[in-house]
Amino acid sequence: MGNKTEIWQGTLALMILKTIETLGPLHGYGIARRIEQTSGDQLSLNYGTLYPSLLKLEQEGSIVSEWGVSDNNRKAKFYKLTRAGRKQLARETREWDQTTAILAKFLTPTEDRT
Amino acid sequence: MKVLRTWLLRLRGVFAKDALESDIAQEIESHLQMHIDDNLRAGMSPEEAKRVAVMKLGGIDATKEAYRDRSTIPILESTIQDIRFTLRQLRKNPAFAITATLMVALGIGASVAIFAFVDAALIKPLPYKDPSSILFVTETTPEIPRAAISYPDYLDWKRLNKVFTSLDVYGQRGYLVSTQSGMEMVFGARVSDGFFRTLGVNPVIGRDFYHGEDLPEAPNTVILSYASWQKRFGGRQEVVGQPLTLNELPFVIIGVLPQNFHFAPMEAAEFWTTLHPGGGCDLRRSCHSLNGIARLKEGVSADGALADLILIAKDLERQYPDSNRNQGATVAPLAEIIVGQVRPILLVLLGGAGLLLLIACVNVASLLLVRSETRRRELAVRRALGATTSRLIRQFVTEGLVIVVGGSLAGLLASHWAMQILVSLIPTDMMGSMPYLESLGFNARVLIFAGLLAIFAALLFSLTPTLRLWSLDLREGMAEGSRGSAGQVWRRVGSKLVVLELTTAMVLLVGAGLLGKSFYRLLRVGTGFEPEHLITLRVTAPRGSYLKNEQSVALGRQVVERLKRLPGVTSVALTSTLPVNFNGNTDWIRFVGRGYNGEHNEVNQRQVSSEYFSTLQAKLLRGRSFVDSEDGSKPRVVVINQTLAKKYFSGEDPLGKQIGDTSLSPESIKEIIGVVDDIREGPLDSEIWPAYYDPFNQVPDYDFSVVVRTGQAEQSLIPTIGAAIREIDSRINVSNATTMMDRVNNSPTVYLHRSSTWLVGGFAVVALLLGIVGLYGVIAYSVSQRTREIGVRIALGAQRSTVYRLIFREAGALALAGIVIGLGCSVVAASLMRKLLFGTPPWDVTTLVSVAGVLGVSTLLASYLPARRAASVDPIKALRAE
Repeated sequence: MGNKTEIWQGTLALMILKTIETLGPLHGYGIARRIEQTSGDQLSLNYGTLYPSLLKLEQEGSIVSEWGVSDNNRKAKFYKLTRAGRKQLARETREWDQTTAILAKFLTPTEDRT
Repeated sequence: MKVLRTWLLRLRGVFAKDALESDIAQEIESHLQMHIDDNLRAGMSPEEAKRVAVMKLGGIDATKEAYRDRSTIPILESTIQDIRFTLRQLRKNPAFAITATLMVALGIGASVAIFAFVDAALIKPLPYKDPSSILFVTETTPEIPRAAISYPDYLDWKRLNKVFTSLDVYGQRGYLVSTQSGMEMVFGARVSDGFFRTLGVNPVIGRDFYHGEDLPEAPNTVILSYASWQKRFGGRQEVVGQPLTLNELPFVIIGVLPQNFHFAPMEAAEFWTTLHPGGGCDLRRSCHSLNGIARLKEGVSADGALADLILIAKDLERQYPDSNRNQGATVAPLAEIIVGQVRPILLVLLGGAGLLLLIACVNVASLLLVRSETRRRELAVRRALGATTSRLIRQFVTEGLVIVVGGSLAGLLASHWAMQILVSLIPTDMMGSMPYLESLGFNARVLIFAGLLAIFAALLFSLTPTLRLWSLDLREGMAEGSRGSAGQVWRRVGSKLVVLELTTAMVLLVGAGLLGKSFYRLLRVGTGFEPEHLITLRVTAPRGSYLKNEQSVALGRQVVERLKRLPGVTSVALTSTLPVNFNGNTDWIRFVGRGYNGEHNEVNQRQVSSEYFSTLQAKLLRGRSFVDSEDGSKPRVVVINQTLAKKYFSGEDPLGKQIGDTSLSPESIKEIIGVVDDIREGPLDSEIWPAYYDPFNQVPDYDFSVVVRTGQAEQSLIPTIGAAIREIDSRINVSNATTMMDRVNNSPTVYLHRSSTWLVGGFAVVALLLGIVGLYGVIAYSVSQRTREIGVRIALGAQRSTVYRLIFREAGALALAGIVIGLGCSVVAASLMRKLLFGTPPWDVTTLVSVAGVLGVSTLLASYLPARRAASVDPIKALRAE
């Protein structure tokens, strides 16, 4: 595996939701930067791929968008979690934890082999 | 839920495109600005900052594109684009658009309209419970395949059969009802008590007949038809239990039948009463006046039921040899009796409409082919610019669909209109015997049928140009004015389509020709009398006042005398049954002085007044007719028809011979005093039966028909005649007053032949036109493709006549193929409609040859124009054009 990883859509959606939950209402650029930073610059994404994902989440009702003004006085579209979005985040986090836990058991060599 | 919400939002995106587009642009713009700000802060130069931001985004247009795909439904959007493009294309070429749409509309309109009739008559189940297990049951004789059943035979069949859960009978009865406008003759029916239970029909209000309510001692009760309830009683609920006077007898109304109930054999019976057997006929085993319906027991087939009935009939024949000799049994599905007569004509019409649709679709398909041919360059360019084959095919499919949708909608409208016209063309009397047509109209089945036709047309229209697309060579298409293999391919496909069209047209033309010839033959059939300038009508006097023979005789004489005095009337006569009506009302005769083995010599029996034959202008071949003074006080006499004379007196002189009933009872003996040329008593297409005519004054009745011969304007005399008769006795009912010509022309046989001839003829003419246009298209296209070749030929010294021959040979080959294949198909198709032909074999040479001639000449005409254009090609221009 290389240092910088390609990411797929489902995970991206989860990261977006988590980012908005953590930082509150945020614009697309902010979300993209935050995801990169959080991954310790291990993830390199084309910022453009974020927008179809945001649109999809909005169409599904997990987030809503609103035009507002950024910290640097730039006009920007801010995304905000809805109640359905929070639920989705909680559920998907749980599912992700389970999946990784199972995978971890598979991939880690076990000590107590008989 | 989430999925639905997503798609709805995306669907909205398709239509709110502009708002969306600016939203995307603004958001990306603001994204880039923020990124550039950060980059500048990190110390990049403005150019560098912008470049990195765009790069990091992954390209502005790519991002917008991905965003857009997600925000709408791309396939829907491109379909809308295709439709817009198609509509624009069609608007640019309105002649093509209108022609194609009209052709589809014509084909679909005709097919759907005819199918609606087929559906109402043949597909829609009859309004009875489990109609397929109801049989029509009657007796049969060697002369009459479906003879009526007598009441005593019915009782025995009912008692002895092991195959029916129930067996019931019905018979016709006219009722005189007193209304505001005087006495009116109303159709009614008399049925056995279980008649409606056998059909599985319950009255909407009131009750059904009780068991035993049809016996002589039961009170008189009547069930009303729904129409009668509405018309005569204003649809009032309290009508049940009310008294009603029919034929001067008291009845009680006990119920009303459902609105959708119909029973075609009893036409439009308004009053349904029970049998109450009595009188001269019902109790005699030899008097056949009823017809049966029966419900099969579970697991019993119609054949099994017939076998059982035949055994019973044989038993009865042994027990009652005098009355039941040769009286067999016959059954048929009830539906067969009700719609059997119209089935062949409807199927032929449906076939005709189907062929018309086929020819119309083929024509449109070849028009589309020509268009795809002329658009080769456009297609090649689009493909070179990156359009995939599937995208191009979708464009063609869209084009086909737009035409089909437009054509189908127009076709549905046209069929609605056609149905109304066709129904209004059906004479009222005919409509009465086809009550199932009242439900005619659009229903789920008809719409599904229309949908299937549309799908068929859409497939055809999108497939033909698509097939062409595969053979489209990109390079070849791009080269301006090139032709070569692609043109050849189209000419091959196109010419096959034309042969198919010509074949179809040929089949339709032959069908129309044969039907036309049958119709002509039918009208030319000898009736044995002069039907022009005759008025006919039915007179029914109240039974109570004219019960005695002398009273009826006097009434008859009064009617004749009164009408004769009317201006314009030349002679007047009476008859029990009008000619060109039906074979039936028969008698079994026996000859005095000859051996007798109990055989049934069944002959038509009519009672006519002294001037009947002279009024009809029927030819008296031998002897004399009756005189008015020959009444009950004189020895009985009869006039026989020529068929009776030939059949029973071959080589003998019938005059002076005597005939009587099967037991030669003295009062039945009558002397033959004349032989009249055959008068057609039955329908025009039926055989002539032996018949004898009694003097009306010896066998009088208070219910008879009147025949009036007039000078010229018979139509205007009709009202006067009715009024004149009512002057004699205002209680007399006059009905069915019309001219003999109208009667003949509106008789079911003539009507069926006429309507099928006109409809199939109409289809055929349209098919011929379409076929000719198709041929013209192919030849004209071929000429345009061969301009260069023809130019070379002419430059090398070919004569104009050679060029003509070249083109005519191409057209002639196609026409010949169409005609030859068409001949074969026509004979097959004509054999399928043999039931509708009269005096004309399916392989009628005159028709086949003349149709082939018509097609041949028309194709020559169609190819003349392109041939002339080819012959006038200027070789210099043709060669320089490349």
